[in-house]
Amino acid sequence: MNIVALIILAIFTLAAALAAATLPKLMHAALSFAVAFVGVAAFYFLLGAEFVGLVQVFVYVGAVAVLVVFTILLTRTDAQKDRGFNWSGVLVAIAVFVGLLWAIFKTQSLAINLPKAEPLTVARIGELLMTSYVWPLQCVGVLLTAALIGALILVMEEKR
Amino acid sequence: MNSLIVNNIWLIPAIPLAASVLILGFGKSARIEGAAVAIAGQIIALTMSIFAFVPTLQTHGFRAIQNFTWFTFGDHALRIGFVLDPLAAAMLLMITLVGLCIFIFSIGYMSEDKNFHRFFAYLSFFSGAMLGVVISNNLLLLFVFWELVGLASYLLIGFWIDRPSAAAAAKKAFITTRIGDMGFFVGLLWLYQRSGTLLFYNNGGGCLENAGLILLGASATFIPLLIFCGAVGKSGQFPLHVWLPDAMEGPTPVSALIHAATMVAAGVFLVARVYPLFAVGAVNGVTSSLTVVVWIGVTTALMASLIAIAQFDIKRILAYSTVSQLGLMMVSLGVGGVAAGIMHLLAHGFFKALLFLGAGSVIHGCHHEQDIRKMGGLRRLMPVTFATYAIGMMALSGVPFFFSGAWTKEEILDATSHWPKSHLPYYLMLVGVVLTALYMTRQVIYVFFGNRRAASEHAHESPAIMTLPLIVLAFCAVALGVVLTPAWPWLDSYLTGHSAHFDSHLLIQSTVFVSLVLVGAGIAFGVWFYRRSGETDPLQHAQPALFRFLENKMWIDELYARTIIAFAKMLARVSDWMDRYFWDGIVRGLGALGNIFGSLTTTVDERGINAGVDEGTVGARELGRVGSVLHSGQIQTYLGVIAIGMIALLLLYAWLA
Amino acid sequence: MTSTLSILLVVSAALFCTGLLAALSRRHAIFILIGIEMMLAAANLNFIAFWRFGPQSAQPIGVMVAIFAIAIAAAEAAVGLAMVIAVYRHYRTTNVDELDQLKG
Repeated sequence: MNIVALIILAIFTLAAALAAATLPKLMHAALSFAVAFVGVAAFYFLLGAEFVGLVQVFVYVGAVAVLVVFTILLTRTDAQKDRGFNWSGVLVAIAVFVGLLWAIFKTQSLAINLPKAEPLTVARIGELLMTSYVWPLQCVGVLLTAALIGALILVMEEKR
Repeated sequence: MNSLIVNNIWLIPAIPLAASVLILGFGKSARIEGAAVAIAGQIIALTMSIFAFVPTLQTHGFRAIQNFTWFTFGDHALRIGFVLDPLAAAMLLMITLVGLCIFIFSIGYMSEDKNFHRFFAYLSFFSGAMLGVVISNNLLLLFVFWELVGLASYLLIGFWIDRPSAAAAAKKAFITTRIGDMGFFVGLLWLYQRSGTLLFYNNGGGCLENAGLILLGASATFIPLLIFCGAVGKSGQFPLHVWLPDAMEGPTPVSALIHAATMVAAGVFLVARVYPLFAVGAVNGVTSSLTVVVWIGVTTALMASLIAIAQFDIKRILAYSTVSQLGLMMVSLGVGGVAAGIMHLLAHGFFKALLFLGAGSVIHGCHHEQDIRKMGGLRRLMPVTFATYAIGMMALSGVPFFFSGAWTKEEILDATSHWPKSHLPYYLMLVGVVLTALYMTRQVIYVFFGNRRAASEHAHESPAIMTLPLIVLAFCAVALGVVLTPAWPWLDSYLTGHSAHFDSHLLIQSTVFVSLVLVGAGIAFGVWFYRRSGETDPLQHAQPALFRFLENKMWIDELYARTIIAFAKMLARVSDWMDRYFWDGIVRGLGALGNIFGSLTTTVDERGINAGVDEGTVGARELGRVGSVLHSGQIQTYLGVIAIGMIALLLLYAWLA
Repeated sequence: MTSTLSILLVVSAALFCTGLLAALSRRHAIFILIGIEMMLAAANLNFIAFWRFGPQSAQPIGVMVAIFAIAIAAAEAAVGLAMVIAVYRHYRTTNVDELDQLKG
């Protein structure tokens, strides 16, 4: 794999994510949030998990990001800017990052060479979903149904 | 029948006592029934007494005893019993017969009183108790009945409960006799301690029999003297005589029954009963205890006679006369003439009751007037009363040959003249005889002779129900005179157990002449001195200071008031002070202590415990408030804390690894 | 010693921390959800990285987990956003500092 592509993609994604976290205007933040996910999907493509990448695009960018935009639109207040920025959060984030870095570099067994990858076909994933992972599949189905109903109930107009 | 009664001698006091309870149960409205029950009870008692008397005549030295055990405590037992001997039988007869006459008299005398039934209940109660005294074979049982007699006396003296003077007199009687009874009780205890038994006669083991008397030892002088204290109180001897004249506050039948015939006789009876105790170790019939008895008797007899001369209340004269005669009886017992003393007691019972009932008749006829200065000339207005009263007066004065009092007085003077120790009592008794005749003459002249004064204007003779007992008693007074002639000293032998025979020699003796002269002199002088008595007494006119001294009872009551009663009052005041300030102070102090403790507890509780708990709770609340800072309710805070926690765990892992 | 895997892990860590930053430091309620989604994405990236660089077994476990994680994340996002809307309707605000009813 190409390290350079990796690095460029990483910078792109992280920039978008940072923008999503810090932009004062809500719409801008939401849209850069979508862009960040596109970057993540690209990562998946790079790593050979194409199906996951596509799912990522469909679900995250196509559904979640749109949902976020819709929610912002539905919860408009007069001042569309998000006022105030909590700097203690930055500290916490940096602390966590440092901790994670330390954990990563402490680990010995990460120096592995890229093994030969067997391409993963969609047929294969589908076959797995229907045999070994059928139970999780069903549960996720139920979960999605429940989430759907729950969300509907939450946003239903209160009866007067 | 005789032996039945003799074996159940306890029935004789029980019948009147039961009658008393029955009458009280009937209630206020049953007047006739109450009187009927009382009289029936008395008649039954009289009948039984006659049946009990007869066997004692037949045998010499008769003594029937029933002893039984009352209760046991450990090894000891208290045995009580009843005795029937000549002394007891004669007393039974006198008490029931005199009592019956007085009961009948009371129906007339108390007819207007609204507490009629209560009077008869108390009279029956008294009668039962007195009969119990007479037949007791145990000193403790005698004491029990003695106290009951005292109680009956208290109830009867204070019968008119709405009169404060009557209540005071009853109280005085009870307290004065109580003082005597204290001595009696101490003597009783001492006797029990020395001789181990209180039974009088117990087949040789009783305290009056030889075996018991030997055990007394040196205390033989003091025990009888202590018992004599009780007799002094009950029979009104000096110095405890003060209650008897005041006891005249009670109705006249009460005065007749209790303070003439029976209760006061109990003291003399007691001395006669425990005479063996007095006579222990006698030398020529003289012991120190008997000597004391003689001197007290002499003092009493003389003193009372002197006071009687200066009294104006018809009943008080008779009361002092009783005191004097009782003194005479005590003298007789003291010099050894036990039989003589008891004979005089029996005779005295009859004629003194007669005199009191006669006085009651006079009072009733003069519409409840009791001052003799307001009476006079009642001889024609109340003939029956006058006749019976004169008989009684002559019996008391000792007019010889036909009247009982004479013979018995003869016997007493005879015995006194032969006393080895001293002849002074004899001479003083002779003076007493003169004085007796004198004051009785004075009374009769004042009341029945002379001009009519205030109250006798509207006087009338009493109804038959009242004069009938008078006649019966007068008859008895004369009959006893015939029966008791010294020519036939059967009573003497009866009482002492010696044999007797008729001897006309004894009829005429030197002492008869002496007493005839003295009595005659007394009456004659009295008639001459008091012939023109009116509102003022001639003696009062002649010797005002002496008269005032005698009229005020020799100031003895006042002396007692100043000394003993004042002392008692002071003790009462001291006790009151102690109670009010000392004991009360202690109690209040303890209360204050409790208060202090309480306030201390409160302070500790409030300042200490409450404050501590409050501080604790405040601290807890502060801690909670501090702790709840973490619960800000803000999601971002929670999330941040989670992240920090994760880092901390990581660091921990790093440090441990 | 950096390898490709390390770089990937660092990237995913950075993404995670950015997501944390977004969740912690913005006032609007939406951003908490955005942050959570980013954190989930970072975790997914970790899974895929380890699948790629680990021993290739018969079953591509990492991929399956990542697929399911995406599905679950989507469900959670839906519910969360519905909640934000509901809260906005009730309290008329989306400022998380004002949503402190659970204080204390």
